[in-house]
Amino acid sequence: MKSSPRIHFATVALALLASTALPAGAQQKLLPAQSDISFVSKQMGVPVEGKFKRFDAQVVFDPKKPEAAKIAMTIDLASVSLGTAETEAELAKPDWFATKQFPQASFQSTAVKPLGGGKYDVAGKLSIKGVSHDIVVPVVLAQAGANTTASGAFTLKRLEFKIGDGDWKDTSMVANDVQVKFKLALAGVPAL
Amino acid sequence: MISTPTRYTATAIALHWLLAMGLLGSFLLGLYMADLPLSPQRLKLFNWHKWAGITILALSALRLVWRLTHRPPEDVPMPAWQVRTAHATHTLLYLLFFAVPLVGWAYSSAAGFPIVVFGVLPLPDFVPVSKALAEAIKPWHEWLAWAMALLVLAHTAAALKHHFVDRDQLLGRMWPGKARENIE
Repeated sequence: MKSSPRIHFATVALALLASTALPAGAQQKLLPAQSDISFVSKQMGVPVEGKFKRFDAQVVFDPKKPEAAKIAMTIDLASVSLGTAETEAELAKPDWFATKQFPQASFQSTAVKPLGGGKYDVAGKLSIKGVSHDIVVPVVLAQAGANTTASGAFTLKRLEFKIGDGDWKDTSMVANDVQVKFKLALAGVPAL
Repeated sequence: MISTPTRYTATAIALHWLLAMGLLGSFLLGLYMADLPLSPQRLKLFNWHKWAGITILALSALRLVWRLTHRPPEDVPMPAWQVRTAHATHTLLYLLFFAVPLVGWAYSSAAGFPIVVFGVLPLPDFVPVSKALAEAIKPWHEWLAWAMALLVLAHTAAALKHHFVDRDQLLGRMWPGKARENIE
């Protein structure tokens, strides 16, 4: 049961691939070992960094037709690394990520707007804990050798996704703003 | 020629009692908060404990400088072994005034929770973020704090013994208020 969302997204990605009728090999491949998704939350003014160790992305992107790009991502919330074993156990609880009920967060792009110079605004739906919100994420592409790195950052309001519910709603203890940073290494992106 | 003072300076006395309260408070807070379940309340207490610890560290630095630049009063008459024990206890206490907060600071950094004093002054991390390192450091903060607690107990017991059993002027040298007459 746990793996079903992943299969689902793979199916979606395949369907997207078929529907956009790109030539074979046009779908890009995520290189997880060289990719990072991290976030910084502030607790009483203390910046605390967390990371997700398992995530996946399906990317269909042609620099010549950026508007047709499709990006789908899934993040295993149980793979979070933050502070001590105790804080990680806390994050799995219903007040935080509720990983039993909602094992994954997802992002599905709806529109990609090229800004020039390798910069893009990627609009899409971010879903965490059964709550979806539209977000716009600025992404910068940089190419080195065969690989392309897509990096960016955005601010997420944790309470909009019920992250830190109950006693933890108090934003004077844990700030509402969470800075999310990502660096996704992709293979197979055509030259910009 | 200036004779050896009979009392500690007002600054030394103020620092002694201020730090006595700070150390006792931080120690008790540390004991209380350590086993609380994770909650906003615990997070708050942990931050207060860290702020208190850094304040203690700063005041201890000031106190050490003061101690090194100001002559303390002469030892009251007592057997040589007691003089040696008292001096060794004071030296160990001074070492722990620095060791306990510094080890606590290192633990906080290693655990990925850098210290931001009073929520506004971020302190640098002098150890990397590492779960293994944090686990290795954690018991030391506790052990060293207990060692200091035992020394403080011995120090207090000795001071009371001097006051109530020996009935000498030892406690008067560190007691706040007006200078008392010397025993001679």
